[in-house]
Amino acid sequence: MAATKWLRPIAGLAGSLLATGAANAVDLPEDRAEAMYHLFKGGGVTAQGPALLVRKSLADKVSLSASYYVDMVSNASIDVVTQASPFKERRTAYDVGVDYVVRDSAIAISASSSDEPDYTADGVSIDVSQEVFGGMTTLALGYTRAVDRVGRKDVGFFDNAKHWQYRLGVTQILSPRWLASANFEAISDDGFLGSPYRSARVFGAAVPERNPRTRTSRAVKLRAVGDLGSRDAGRVEYRYFWDTWDIRAHTVELGYSRALGQSFLADGFFRYNTQTRALFYSDNAQTETLYVSRNRQLGTFKSYGLGGKLAFIWKQVPGQYEVKLNGAYEWVRFNYSDFTDIRDGSAYSFTGHVLQLYVSATF
Amino acid sequence: MKALPLLSIVVPLVAGCAGIEPWVKPYERERLADPVMSFARGGLSDKHREHVRVVREGARGATGVQGGGCGCN
Repeated sequence: MAATKWLRPIAGLAGSLLATGAANAVDLPEDRAEAMYHLFKGGGVTAQGPALLVRKSLADKVSLSASYYVDMVSNASIDVVTQASPFKERRTAYDVGVDYVVRDSAIAISASSSDEPDYTADGVSIDVSQEVFGGMTTLALGYTRAVDRVGRKDVGFFDNAKHWQYRLGVTQILSPRWLASANFEAISDDGFLGSPYRSARVFGAAVPERNPRTRTSRAVKLRAVGDLGSRDAGRVEYRYFWDTWDIRAHTVELGYSRALGQSFLADGFFRYNTQTRALFYSDNAQTETLYVSRNRQLGTFKSYGLGGKLAFIWKQVPGQYEVKLNGAYEWVRFNYSDFTDIRDGSAYSFTGHVLQLYVSATF
Repeated sequence: MKALPLLSIVVPLVAGCAGIEPWVKPYERERLADPVMSFARGGLSDKHREHVRVVREGARGATGVQGGGCGCN
């Protein structure tokens, strides 16, 4: 198992870090455990399953974490019902990590492994954050290196894709009531960046999609959250995304959080996302080109999300532990501008539902 | 030489910053530590929501959520 392959060096690093010590101004992440049931249903796809997370500190020097995540997918999406037969598959993902703090810095190293039929993905990440300016500013740097193996066993096709991710972030305390952050991330990909199962349309005929083998994207996200005075807060976020496939996207999210009595915490949010298509995307290409795709993820669309979360403190012993029951729901809508439902000739759209039910404990 | 005009702007700005003290003291940050103020609250919850989006949208990254590997393509 790839996860255990990564676990050994991380455990070794944790052991060596335990042997050192320093006075820390930054706290280790809180010890916690989470058990979640998650569901996405929409556009003919149902993906659901359990997820588990455990995080535990050792001798107040390092914090170890591990998570397990299952997606059981039943796929009868428009691509599948118009080109093939509905199918079911299962994706299993493992993550392990170690966090270490020294003085005003925090270092997190993690490894992930995801496995599903015809697709495996493994990655390692390192993230470093540093508090400066009397703790008012936090700078963060991160790097991820990942490799995917893509295949289609029935036709003997195997390929891979490599990914490099570079992150940079700054979080700033603006006032006793306001926080803001700016994040930048650049991602480069090299390899097979499509699906061996998906077809494009050229002159009305289905042909295997042909994607470029490289892609570089950049995204900038700005956020601000402000205390509104009665244990409630407002949040605004904006992200701009652009890449070498000529996709441009704007995403705005507005949120409101409020404590209700001593035991409840409620959140509500609205998200709007708009995207323009990749250069080689076409609903039905009328010229022969080197690259062609009808992957609607690369098309022009607008998506909307409206959601809420509720957390309830079920059991609490101050200074010892706290157990919360959590529920979250989001309604999502995707309206595509240049993806035709070939069953009736209309522009395709779908409504989806995202549900999360989980128990979380800190101790 | 092209850098000179830029430096003439940046250097005084940076020099000016040297005199600025942190203006929000640690004891004034109680409200900022309230859970209602956190950008993201749940590890698994944020990860699931991020996965749902990244497999359906062309945009990706800068979310502050560390994603695992996925069959996104």
